[in-house]
Amino acid sequence: MKMERRLLLFIAAAGLALALWIGLTLVLVGATLENEERQTVAGLLAPRLALLLLSWALALALVAAVLQILFKRYRVAPARLLEQTRVLLTAQLPQQLTPEGPPELRWLAQSINELASQRDALRADMAQRIAAANLDVQQEKNRLAALMAELTQAVVVCNLEGRILLYNSRARLQFRALSQAPMLADGAELMGIGRSIYAVFEQQLVAHALENIQLRIARGAASPSTQFVTTTRTGQLLRVQMAPVRAVDTSVSAAAGINGFVLMLDNVTRAYEEETLRDQLLHGLTERSRSSLANMQAAVDMLAYPDLDAPLRERFLGVVRDEVSAMSHRIVELAQRTTQDLKTRWPLEEILGTDLLAAAQRRIEAHCQRPVTLAEPCAELWLRVDSFSLLQALAYLGHRLVDEFEVKYLQLRLRAVQGRAQLDLIWSGHTVSSETVMTWEMASMQFGSEGTPLTVRDVVERHGGEMWFERERVRHEAFFRFLLPLANAQEQIEAGQATHDQGRPEFYDFDLFQASDESRALDERPLSSLTLTVFDTETTGLNPSLGDEIIQIGAVRIVNGKLRRGECFDQLVNPARLIPQATIPIHGITQDMVQGQLAIGAVLPAFYAFAQDTVLVAHNAAFDMKFLQLKEDSTGLVFRQPVLDTLLLSALVHPQQESHRLEAIAERFNIAVRARHTALGDAMVTAEVLLRLLPLLAEMGIHTLGEARLASQKTYYARLKY
Amino acid sequence: MSQKILIADDEPNIVVSLEYLLKREGYAVLIARDGEEALEAISREKPDLVLLDVMMPKKTGFEVCQAVRASELLQNTKILMLTAKGRDTDIAKGLALGANAYMTKPFSTRELVQKVADMLGALP
Repeated sequence: MKMERRLLLFIAAAGLALALWIGLTLVLVGATLENEERQTVAGLLAPRLALLLLSWALALALVAAVLQILFKRYRVAPARLLEQTRVLLTAQLPQQLTPEGPPELRWLAQSINELASQRDALRADMAQRIAAANLDVQQEKNRLAALMAELTQAVVVCNLEGRILLYNSRARLQFRALSQAPMLADGAELMGIGRSIYAVFEQQLVAHALENIQLRIARGAASPSTQFVTTTRTGQLLRVQMAPVRAVDTSVSAAAGINGFVLMLDNVTRAYEEETLRDQLLHGLTERSRSSLANMQAAVDMLAYPDLDAPLRERFLGVVRDEVSAMSHRIVELAQRTTQDLKTRWPLEEILGTDLLAAAQRRIEAHCQRPVTLAEPCAELWLRVDSFSLLQALAYLGHRLVDEFEVKYLQLRLRAVQGRAQLDLIWSGHTVSSETVMTWEMASMQFGSEGTPLTVRDVVERHGGEMWFERERVRHEAFFRFLLPLANAQEQIEAGQATHDQGRPEFYDFDLFQASDESRALDERPLSSLTLTVFDTETTGLNPSLGDEIIQIGAVRIVNGKLRRGECFDQLVNPARLIPQATIPIHGITQDMVQGQLAIGAVLPAFYAFAQDTVLVAHNAAFDMKFLQLKEDSTGLVFRQPVLDTLLLSALVHPQQESHRLEAIAERFNIAVRARHTALGDAMVTAEVLLRLLPLLAEMGIHTLGEARLASQKTYYARLKY
Repeated sequence: MSQKILIADDEPNIVVSLEYLLKREGYAVLIARDGEEALEAISREKPDLVLLDVMMPKKTGFEVCQAVRASELLQNTKILMLTAKGRDTDIAKGLALGANAYMTKPFSTRELVQKVADMLGALP
């Protein structure tokens, strides 16, 4: 448009110039003529004025045509090229110009195209390298996480602020043992991505250890790690080894170049208790025996005096008798206690009874070429054994039975009796003499291709156990019975959990190495960097002030913009009142389900710990908060955290939508609803809704917690009173 | 006048022997059955020597020893510690707190008598 007007202006100017030119010519011609001649010419020209005008118009048309062509060539075409080039500049994908216009412009366009393709090639190359590098990094991270997951030692990685970036499942178990509410929060209130390690260890302790490490780095130590032992709030004794995570950025000075630390945890409570017991026993054996011996020796010395009268002699003899019996007593007691726990120094592994039996079955069948059956299904039973040598012993005994007594088939049986496992190797028919058993027991196990200097007796002693041969005349059976140690309860849980825990690498977030704005006021922090506790409650009704109570709390964490499905809180609560029949279809929680559950007074502290240091999020948060607030007086727990409400945020982002019910929003965002109307299920959905809302809020210029809270307050829904 | 010895030990089984032994040797023998009793007896009777057991109820031998050495009146009392604690750290502690000598249980009574005689003979 602008061009056209400019062209018209040019043409008009040209017309004017042409008219002037003709006028000037006429004036010049007129000036050379006499008066009469001038009139003659005027008289000649006047009637042909139209012709003159026509000629002017023709000339003008010609000029206009030329002008237009020139304009197109030298004004419009470059302008178009410029526009296209601009597009090219901002293009994200490879793109080319179409050369057009005069040759010079085409050459220019071609050069621009070449530049553009160079840039695109570079860009593609760079993208490829970045992708490859990212893949490498991701693979390394996954490898690391996988490695951590397999480790039987508890490992936790923290950034300098003590926030947890990574932990493995062993650490999770370890922390469960430390949790004050293990049945409720499952240790998740202590162990979670982004949580503070200082909930478990004193900050000064960790700071002191870090200082030690920094000193060592400054001294140039090659592997500057340190170690400390601490008791936790639950009275557990932890041995902690700490190693620094060094910053890759070498521009920072070596001493300051730590950006996190790795903790390796060992719960040494039991080892320590055993050690203490050992100490006590040793003490009892030495000091108390010394006293007794002293008493006896003195008495015996006195008895040696020939001039002793009868009553005194009797008295000294009494001392000797007395002390002898006290010492015998002590030794019996000592022997009992040591055989219970302390005898085994050989490192034993925990193994599930059925696994051990299955392995033994395979092993004996392979060696003896005889069928081996299991006498009875054994209950869930965990043993502490050195399975390799134990299987060897079983196979060896089986081999000798088959070899020397032609036993046709064998049987295995495992039971727990009086705190010990009884493992029987049973056969029927021939009985074996005790002498034979003795030689088998004491001979080193040489059979088939296997040879080991170990004897069956060695294997038994390694387990602090016993082995003997027994006959069951009624059933014509005989068996070797091994007494073996059972794993203690704690170990059983741990070992069991370790095998059932499939969840691998949801356990890390290295982005937290970068995050260090904890100190900044929460309101100024970007929503995506916050640690959030998204929760939901199920209640007996809608009126907390009229006696309705919470019957279920579910919560899940979002850390650094990522949903942490593994770190959740899910707990039924006994409301100490009847659940109205009419509400049961809504939440699906019956009176039977809450019977025997903990009351809110016991559950809230655990939830409080779980939600500590985070921002609370709920759908229609005011409702849930009301229930929590009404418990403030009785529990003394005040939830002071900032609160975000997905209902308000949704209304903010989609003001035109009619419904902001959770289902409606979930449907809008195409979120799969798995367990609607359980507290945890709803909390999960709410969390996913929030994660979808965040980018939409960012588009509206709402980035920080403060902005989100302010904007929520202004929505229509916020003005409604609940 | 015969020299006075206090036996401070809570085990009657050793006291009976020591009492007989020392009386035979011609000493006057007093007996205390715990730490407090021992301290009272020392300040009341001012014995020349105390056979002090370490592990006693109420006050340990270490405490008694310290109290005696801290008192101007009593600090010249000879102390022979008798104990079932055989660790050299305990011996070091006993001597550091002011015991003149230390015997680890069990001991031969002849050695004990010899030691007592040596310690009292050294008295000015």
